[in-house]
Amino acid sequence: MIKHTISNLNGWLAILAIVLSSSAGDVLLSRGMKQIGDVGKVRQKRGFVFVMLQVLRNRYFLMGVGCMAISFYSLLFGLSWDDVSLVGPAAASLSFVVNAFAAKMFLHERVDHRRWAAALFVAAGVVLMAF
Amino acid sequence: MNSRKYLVLAGVSVFAPVGDSLLSYGMKQVGNISLKNIPDLLLAITNPWVGLGIILLLGFFASYMSALSWADLTYVLPASSLGYVLLALIARFALHEHISLMRWLGIALVSGGVGFVTSGPEVTRRPPKPHSDTSGVATEHS
Repeated sequence: MIKHTISNLNGWLAILAIVLSSSAGDVLLSRGMKQIGDVGKVRQKRGFVFVMLQVLRNRYFLMGVGCMAISFYSLLFGLSWDDVSLVGPAAASLSFVVNAFAAKMFLHERVDHRRWAAALFVAAGVVLMAF
Repeated sequence: MNSRKYLVLAGVSVFAPVGDSLLSYGMKQVGNISLKNIPDLLLAITNPWVGLGIILLLGFFASYMSALSWADLTYVLPASSLGYVLLALIARFALHEHISLMRWLGIALVSGGVGFVTSGPEVTRRPPKPHSDTSGVATEHS
């Protein structure tokens, strides 16, 4: 019983860590990649090496990767403690909603009714697909 | 949206769920890791399933970075969630697994969400700022 409770607590702590770190990472990566511009077009004009250097020298990209690394190891930690049917869908589902808020606040994206509906539909769908 | 962009979104959709599934399978083989043995997490990548999962997730990451360079985060995330549906359909028609009613409902919701977001523009258009850029989202190519 106690072991099960600890396992659940560790699982939910991992979910919280995954959601927060991955959302921060997504926002930072999005900001960094927008600074660089459409990598397909930049690659055609300046070459692959130039694109790679631009990406690897971008501070938002590097911070985003750091956040994603935290998220990745939180996922491994969570999967080792709790069932994938809880950790995977719960973290993925919450991430869609938190990301929509974060993109609106920090990236000033126009999150209209269509995008809110998409985020909520996908979040609910991901949870239901775990059953 | 051109075919290259659709291909990039397809890469994001497919690599992430397949990579996650392989990681999950591998971590079950590795077993529980407690907070006292955090270094064990680093050794987990020596498991072949975890390693293969990481390779697929690298493919996801490259596609994801490319998509974020020309589309909004709130467009890319829901649009690329079609991979969840793809996994469920593979489980049903290739692996002949049973799909519950709830799961079919989930597939319908995710598909609906993808339909909503892809029917709109992929990027927020901002009016040009000729004198200064204070939004933090610069467009220079230094």
